[in-house]
Amino acid sequence: MAPDRLREGIAPARLGAEQYADNFADLHPPLSEHEAMVAADRCYFCYDAPCVTACPTQIDIPLFIRQIATGDPMGSANTIFDQNILGGMCARVCPTETLCEEACVREIAEGKPVLIGQLQRYATDVAMSQGRQFYERAQPSGKKVAVVGAGPAGLACAHRLAMHGHDVVVHDGRPKAGGLNEYGIAAYKTVDGFAQAEVDYVTAIGGIELKHESALGRDIQLDQLLEDHDAVFIGIGLADVNSLDVEGEEVEGVADAVDYIAGLRQADDLSKLPVGRRVVVIGGGMTAIDVAVQSKLLGAEEVTICYRRGKDRMNASEFEQDLATSKGVAIRHWLQPKRVVAEGGKAAAIELEYTEEQGGKLAGTGETLTLAADQIFKAIGQKLVSDSLGDAGVKLTGGRIDVDGEGRTANTKIWAGGDCTGEGEDLTVTAVAQGRDAAESIHAALSGGDA
Amino acid sequence: MADLRNDFVGIKSPNPFWLASAPPTDKEYNVRRAFEAGWGGVVWKTLGLDPHIVNVNGPRYGAIWGADRRLLGLNNIELITDRPLQTNLDEIKVVKRDYPDRAVIVSLMVPCEEVCWNEILKKVEETGADGIELNFGCPHGMSERGMGSAVGQVPEYIEMVTRWCKAGTRMPVIVKLTPNITDIRYPARAANAGGADAVSLINTVSSITSVNLDTFSPEPSIDGKGSHGGYCGPAVKPIALNMVAEIARDAETAGLPISGIGGITTWRDAAEFLALGSGNVQVCTAAMTYGFKIIDELTAGLANWMDEAGHGDLDSFVGRAVPNVTDWQYLNLNYVAKANINQDLCIQCGRCFIACEDTSHQAITSTVNGVRKFEVIDEECVGCNLCVNVCPVENCITMDPLPEGVIDKRTGLKVDPTYSNWTEHPNNPARQAAE
Repeated sequence: MAPDRLREGIAPARLGAEQYADNFADLHPPLSEHEAMVAADRCYFCYDAPCVTACPTQIDIPLFIRQIATGDPMGSANTIFDQNILGGMCARVCPTETLCEEACVREIAEGKPVLIGQLQRYATDVAMSQGRQFYERAQPSGKKVAVVGAGPAGLACAHRLAMHGHDVVVHDGRPKAGGLNEYGIAAYKTVDGFAQAEVDYVTAIGGIELKHESALGRDIQLDQLLEDHDAVFIGIGLADVNSLDVEGEEVEGVADAVDYIAGLRQADDLSKLPVGRRVVVIGGGMTAIDVAVQSKLLGAEEVTICYRRGKDRMNASEFEQDLATSKGVAIRHWLQPKRVVAEGGKAAAIELEYTEEQGGKLAGTGETLTLAADQIFKAIGQKLVSDSLGDAGVKLTGGRIDVDGEGRTANTKIWAGGDCTGEGEDLTVTAVAQGRDAAESIHAALSGGDA
Repeated sequence: MADLRNDFVGIKSPNPFWLASAPPTDKEYNVRRAFEAGWGGVVWKTLGLDPHIVNVNGPRYGAIWGADRRLLGLNNIELITDRPLQTNLDEIKVVKRDYPDRAVIVSLMVPCEEVCWNEILKKVEETGADGIELNFGCPHGMSERGMGSAVGQVPEYIEMVTRWCKAGTRMPVIVKLTPNITDIRYPARAANAGGADAVSLINTVSSITSVNLDTFSPEPSIDGKGSHGGYCGPAVKPIALNMVAEIARDAETAGLPISGIGGITTWRDAAEFLALGSGNVQVCTAAMTYGFKIIDELTAGLANWMDEAGHGDLDSFVGRAVPNVTDWQYLNLNYVAKANINQDLCIQCGRCFIACEDTSHQAITSTVNGVRKFEVIDEECVGCNLCVNVCPVENCITMDPLPEGVIDKRTGLKVDPTYSNWTEHPNNPARQAAE
């Protein structure tokens, strides 16, 4: 089929076949050995380094960079994985510009931080491409732990539990493990099936059984898990999407951004994936950016992100905003959705209302703007599906699971981590840290008797 | 515009930059390119008697590198010229004829027999070359045959051969010294006693640059074996500067012209050698790394600095730093400096703190009132300068002298404006009585 760039409506094959490959290639191609050496040499090996403090998993960044600089990438990978077994994915998806690289003293000195993320990828790639495993299971503890959700939190938790000798069963509602690493995250950040390769790498330690299409509340129940296991870790993320609550939201052409991205991530052939000619994205976070940029890369002619507040309030980082605009996405502020205009049951435009802050509160001004749109993505946040938790005694605050610093819930046999909890930012790296720390807490609890 | 013209023991060149005797000056082709590029002179790669020597047919160089493979040190196992003597002599003659304004010096190395030296001196004289340099420095290969540094390590031989050469030729004789000795003043004094017109230094330092951890062969590896080479390049500059200064300030050799050599890479390096008493300088590794075009940077940089500093010609600053080189015992012990960290420039890397805390005097804070902050603790600071050296930001940490009368918080004593050194210090068992 010849590409038809300007076809009206939501249509596949807007681009030539080779264009898809170009558009969805690695956002940051991996550093060559020499590039890594030069980049690593810029690290000052700071004392009590600010980058480490800024990392939710507290990777010893100066040490792993020095190990690269001295020709020991394998030792470097070991340093990274000691703190973050998903260091490979975090190297690709972390908003380093707001974490380690923002804190880098060279960012302060010259506005150019050490390329910490790319160096982390360099070292972890060396180890993972050679299948080098750094950890062995401890003697079997005889304890069984259920992990619900095979996303970053669940995988990090499972790995650390396995290290301590516990038997782990990981349940996930989807056909593949990985959570948002597999079904979320922009495709150009994790190419070549890296998410599955990482799942294989993490579970290769042994003692981890993966159960796919085993969803909490649907296929398994919390009370049964508690009965069959010594502890349960919940890392189910946020499976539901906030709605716009506007007229016409149900018409064809209005979609959840997370669902669309999941479909894109699983597509064998991107040219078969339909995308609108004129796309409007409602939201201001990473998901909004990811769906907008990928719509553009699929060949949408116009893509506009509409966010109801100002630029400084957007959850998407400056880097992500710049990435979007560099790809031709327009970002408009102070606009909130009012009505989806449908024609023949399909979205044709969206009417938006201008907004402003009035006494610290957001309010519509009454003035409106209508943007032509055949595809409208909702990206205004996700929420926890709390029904699945049943009546196990897990407490919620603000719609998320209440946990303490170790990930303990109100039920002494249940721990939780990742986006489903109210702790920390909704980032892969935060989820990894919480999963890991919960595993340590579970281990401490399970070995309490014989310590 | 500063006048860069150089007169070194009567040998004139348009600038003080000569290419040292080494691979870049082995052939007419290279030397013509050097002169076209603007070099003031060359010391032709060392000639020997026929049959000419041979070189290895594998790697001749090893190296160490800094960031981005910046070459910091080069190691060389190449011997003297491996071409017939007459070929070199013919080429020297035509080059000198075609470039009469440039200095052409010929480096020589023959066995320690007067007849050998007389034979080659006569031949070199016929080329019209401006002078000769006696290679008493090469530390590898030739030294095993009783030449090069094997001569340079025995002051009596230096004096003897220098004397033969002075008697055997009208050309100025420059004696090139090896740094592979314990005290550079002895070979320099010997050259002086033998009547040398000048010394040049340093030749290369005996070295092994690295070991291959797969084959366990030193690099460069010739069929699995390595031999020590001669080390040169930026890494040896501090060693060379000291040796130049030692000769310049030695009473016995004071005034003996020096051609400075050793890691000169930039105009600034050259200016430092000149300030320490070198009448001119010789360059090799920098040219071997970047090519002959660096002469443009060397001459322009030196001239620009001279203009800014008000030095009209080379003589107005050559040797100016020599009186400031002294023995440790004469350093002023009443001079007190303290580190000072400019908080506006500080990028909070903490290197000053950890260097001081772990390895020195615990004189820098890491936090102040619970906040990450690096400040000097005057009560502990001995003014050692380590923090300045490890700080990645230039001029962020300075060593500020305490003014007269101020209390040094470390010692509790007032800063004394008078000069006082170790020779007078009460802790010195051999102190001289104060007048």
